[in-house]
Amino acid sequence: MAEKILMKGNEAIAYGAIDCGCDGYFGYPITPQSEVMETLMKVQPWETTGMVVLQAESETSSINMVYGGACCGKKVMTSSSSPGISLMCEGLSYIAGAELPCVVVNVMRGGPGLGTIQPSQGDYFQAVKGGGHGDYHPIVLAPASAQDMYDFVGEAFELAFKYRNPAMILGDGVIGQMMEKVELRPAKPRRTDEEIRALCDSWATIGNKGRHGNTITSLALDPQVQENFNIKLQKKYAEIEANEVRYSTYMTDDAEYLIVAFGCMSRIGEKVVELAREEGIRLGLLRPITLYPFPKKEIDSLVPQLKNILSLELNAGQMVEDIRLIVNGRIPVNFYGRQGGMIPDPEEILEVFKKTM
Amino acid sequence: MKEEIIIAGFGGQGVLSMGKILAYSGIMQDQEVAWMPSYGPEMRGGTCNVSVILSDKKISSPILSKFDTAIILNQQSLDKFESRVKPGGLLVYDPNGITHHPTRTDIQIYKIDAADEAAKLGNAKAYNMIVLGAFLKVKPIVKMENVTAGLKKSLPPRHHNLIPMNEQAIKVGMEAVVKVR
Amino acid sequence: MDINEIIKPENKVYGKTPILKDNILHYCPGCSHGVVHKIIAEVIEEMGIQDKTIGISPVGCSVFAYNYLDIDWQQAAHGRAPALATATKRLMPDKYVFTYQGDGDLASIGTAEVMHACNRGENIVIIFINNAIYGMTGGQMAPTTLLGQVTATTPYGRKAELNGYPLKITELIAQLEGTCYVTRQSVQNPAAVRKTKKAIRKAFENSMMKKGTSFVEVVSTCNSGWKVPPVQANKWMEENMFPFYPLGDMKDR
Repeated sequence: MAEKILMKGNEAIAYGAIDCGCDGYFGYPITPQSEVMETLMKVQPWETTGMVVLQAESETSSINMVYGGACCGKKVMTSSSSPGISLMCEGLSYIAGAELPCVVVNVMRGGPGLGTIQPSQGDYFQAVKGGGHGDYHPIVLAPASAQDMYDFVGEAFELAFKYRNPAMILGDGVIGQMMEKVELRPAKPRRTDEEIRALCDSWATIGNKGRHGNTITSLALDPQVQENFNIKLQKKYAEIEANEVRYSTYMTDDAEYLIVAFGCMSRIGEKVVELAREEGIRLGLLRPITLYPFPKKEIDSLVPQLKNILSLELNAGQMVEDIRLIVNGRIPVNFYGRQGGMIPDPEEILEVFKKTM
Repeated sequence: MKEEIIIAGFGGQGVLSMGKILAYSGIMQDQEVAWMPSYGPEMRGGTCNVSVILSDKKISSPILSKFDTAIILNQQSLDKFESRVKPGGLLVYDPNGITHHPTRTDIQIYKIDAADEAAKLGNAKAYNMIVLGAFLKVKPIVKMENVTAGLKKSLPPRHHNLIPMNEQAIKVGMEAVVKVR
Repeated sequence: MDINEIIKPENKVYGKTPILKDNILHYCPGCSHGVVHKIIAEVIEEMGIQDKTIGISPVGCSVFAYNYLDIDWQQAAHGRAPALATATKRLMPDKYVFTYQGDGDLASIGTAEVMHACNRGENIVIIFINNAIYGMTGGQMAPTTLLGQVTATTPYGRKAELNGYPLKITELIAQLEGTCYVTRQSVQNPAAVRKTKKAIRKAFENSMMKKGTSFVEVVSTCNSGWKVPPVQANKWMEENMFPFYPLGDMKDR
């Protein structure tokens, strides 16, 4: 049986990276996710798998190191928290525009500005709508446990390479700081140079052996060329939306009411469902695991059986807008959230929910 | 079985590591566990707390408002968490420095003079293990062998020589715990 | 005589390196970029490292450097080329990795990246084209613009009290422990071109010797931005730039 280890979600990111064959991590310290790089520096994977780990001079530099590494067909990643992700948005836009694979972890804290170091989900819009300039989306995965943090690193790399698009793991301070049992998977070796050449030679900057030089750029001065590219990008997103939606449900079969919540709030939401069910209220929960692509069809198909939906978030109401677009006025879509690092407890939410019944 | 615990005191009393050892002991007996440190505005002022959940089933919310057990090591934490013990639940506290003692009558209350016992052992670092022993005497939710295994897991190998001392401290706590009501 | 009678192998006296593509340069006539591109292409050919070299182009006039050298290229965000180069070299230590950056890219928006890459002693080559002006955006003040120099954003000349002083970033770079070779060259005449080529070759060779970062500044002209003909631009550079940015090696170890 695989070893089960008690670890923080942030540590799980580090182990998940090493065990999925990540080639490089580039980061800059910021609370509440500093344990990611601290763990990597302690474990020293360069001694075992050859993974490069580097503390950069800024988040700006981190994401551009990721950009450079991604150009080489390598599995490269960074992690940060909200203010740092804002700095990375320029690089993310370039990476999306250059159609490169990479993984970015955001362990969200409360904002705006320097904000608080306490947990938040205030970067939902920034993550799922793109964050940087131009029409692009990262693929966004929302972990709800330390095990998810561990597993999603490898999964995010798979998706990133499949679509040559940045993938983001959108966690929060609760998931990052909480310790849980994590079952380690058998470690995958890093790709060899030959494997990378076989997989990425048509685009990567790995030396132009037997071919002309590749250029990785997001620049097209001719507007027609740029439009053609953007249309191609949108086709890719349509494909992602068609194929990569991930979600889970809890007690939705007979549900008359639905909570939609992601990340740590989906865990709290499950408890609310349990408390409501004890009182005979037919409440269920849908947890989007991918926030982009969003489980549109899945929510839509539940609407006919529902009296209302409650979107539960650690922000001022962001995901609720996407739910309302799907529901399109058919039933009420309510919102409850706390902000600035405050976390609602299940009893508090149940009271709020009952008022919406 | 499901046990939702809050451990609260001053930073430096070993609150977080006590929680970690408890969580690891749960893993050793194949339970689901969650360890959630004080990660809210209550962190201010030098107090420190961690909630630990041990359960036979998957754990939903790691954020709790009520607890089966509160292990309390200073006045501020007692003031804050006494009311948040579920009726019929357990409160274990160190009376050292406490001026307003717990008043509830619908919960079990035990005290452990852990600071004195640690002084007697001549080892201030044994403090949190004495408290853990007191709790495990009243609620033996994890077996002693799993605590030892948990200690081994949570301590780096170079500190494994400290395990017998920790076990000794847990036994001292088990013997020294006193029922208040 | 018909042109086809002239174009014969036996009449050939010079051929450009095949590493320089046939694309027509977008640079203005008189611009130094084309010369430096050619030098880099020749060094790559002479060292036989075409399939082992990764170039990183900046934002600025030379953003399109990738159109002219037949090697693998990354096009960086403004100022960030040394960060891309850092990761590229660390992930592929057997490759020759160089950045090609102008003064706005390297000495203004990218100051942090270049300083820290050099301070870490990344085993990369940094080619720094200093023409004291922003070329691509239409001749605005650069960090290296001289005092009194007229640009689109210093229409009455650069004034220290308003705009600060011209930045001698190469002198700063030379102070950093991580750099092994820091030099300032130019390409306004054949002798200067030969010296610059030697410097660039040495920089590329250093990058495989784990000695640290090699940094080659090329003091250059921008006759469009300076609004003078090419020959006059060379003269202006010699008379005004060289006294402030003296040529030569600052560090070689």
